[in-house]
Amino acid sequence: MVNLKVDFLGKEFKNPVLSASGTFGFGEEYEDIFDISRLGGICSKGLTLNKKEGNEGIRIWETPMGMMNSIGLQNPGVESFISREINIMKKFNTNIIANLGGNTEEEYLKGIELLNTSEVDIIELNISCPNVKEGGMAFGIKSKTAYDIVKKCKKVSKKPLMIKLSPNAENIGEMAKACEEAGGDALSLVNTFSGMAVDIDKRSPVFNNIYAGVSGPAIKPIALKMVHEAAQNVDIPICGVGGISSGRDALEFIMAGASLIQVGTANFMKPDICIDIINEIEVFLIKENIKDIKEIIGIV
Amino acid sequence: MELTYSSIIQNKHIVEDIYEMHLEFENKEINPGQFFMVKSLEGSYLLPRPISVYDYDGKILKLLYKVVGKGTKIFSKLKTEEKVQILGPLGNGFPLQDIKGKVALIGGGIGIAPLNYLVKNLKAFEIDSYLGFRDKIYSLDKFEEFSQKLVIATETGNYGKKGFVTDFVNWEDYDTLITCGPEVMMNKIIKIGKDKSIKTYASLEKRMACGIGACLGCSVKTTSGIKRACKEGPVFSGEELVVEEQPW
Repeated sequence: MVNLKVDFLGKEFKNPVLSASGTFGFGEEYEDIFDISRLGGICSKGLTLNKKEGNEGIRIWETPMGMMNSIGLQNPGVESFISREINIMKKFNTNIIANLGGNTEEEYLKGIELLNTSEVDIIELNISCPNVKEGGMAFGIKSKTAYDIVKKCKKVSKKPLMIKLSPNAENIGEMAKACEEAGGDALSLVNTFSGMAVDIDKRSPVFNNIYAGVSGPAIKPIALKMVHEAAQNVDIPICGVGGISSGRDALEFIMAGASLIQVGTANFMKPDICIDIINEIEVFLIKENIKDIKEIIGIV
Repeated sequence: MELTYSSIIQNKHIVEDIYEMHLEFENKEINPGQFFMVKSLEGSYLLPRPISVYDYDGKILKLLYKVVGKGTKIFSKLKTEEKVQILGPLGNGFPLQDIKGKVALIGGGIGIAPLNYLVKNLKAFEIDSYLGFRDKIYSLDKFEEFSQKLVIATETGNYGKKGFVTDFVNWEDYDTLITCGPEVMMNKIIKIGKDKSIKTYASLEKRMACGIGACLGCSVKTTSGIKRACKEGPVFSGEELVVEEQPW
């Protein structure tokens, strides 16, 4: 038997495959489709301190082997999460990662204080959502801004903090380093790329916010490069995300330096694709006579 | 609801850009108005397409679809015995238990698909069907069989009456209006239903990624907050929908 288990920030993950924030709700929508307890973990829908209704207008747009979204962090708010949605996630017997976004520093800090008392295993600090007007990704562009917010969040957080980086950062290597120096316990990257679509019939942008987040297989090689670059710059563990839709993709991220990976947009292509990915990773390890997945983390 | 891989029994061209696909799907329960997320196994595109149920007899799932983009173009070329990935049935469907009195079914273009499966399940009611098309007409059999009155209108005047089908409805004759079709048409009917206090149900078409309520891409503004077309819909009552005033 091969070992797929990964220790990450002191937590045991039964395998390195997690569902990415925003593509998996709080898990309940998928429970009729496959056994969610097989996942290494679930990242919650992006939470904010207060409930958000999200963006108006078109929210989803397909692109060549990718998609764009402008959901705008529609979510029930941290308090509701702690009293309701976390209980849904708990029954799946896997690691719970709460993805937390915010428009202001104060919102992040208050959100963390609330999550401190909850049963989440890790907080994924979302400084990279491109779909909210203020804050969000603005914290994830300049390394200095990111350093400041991570440092403040780290001071109040009793949970391990995994910083979710934006591929729109000015310099991803520097950004990774800044988050590590500010006390970030781990990194996850990448969030969506800022992009645009135009409706040529209406002569107007497709999205009310004009720009939206690009994800899916189309971004995979760029995301992979960024994970590799980050891994060369930091010693803290990395969770790789960006266009992964097969076991082979997942293994590329792992070899490039990711200890865990997240599957996002691919969940829409085939809602039980995470299971395929776990199985494909296992088959590869057996075929290659690799006893433990840890042997191949960061080998390229 | 289940994720499965169904064999195509037939996939035929109906008229212009309209096609009908028959799939093996035995012994399931499907409410009129529900839909499936459909994806071919080959083809370089990402998202499954939401397609509403056109007919179901406990054995064969029939889907009527219009080629509008890359995904549906690929569907139109699929051959008998090829398999497609289907996830469903999804969504709420029409509230059969709440439908009352004399009913007008008002369909526009490909929007007639869910009404086709509905009309044969409304045998206990007095139904008039109003179907609007741009130029060519199609798939009228069930409406002819189960409606007391069938009114056809085409924008070109090629078949039936010339103009929009909504111009030929005597609204006061009805207790319930049920519609599926272009957004402009449905918004007009929802407004008429509100103004004349006629119970109205609309089956909405929205861009979707997951189809199961996780991605929040298909949001619908209602009087009780944002709802998901794929989960709390696609059928909504007219009075709960917040219809934005159109600029034109």
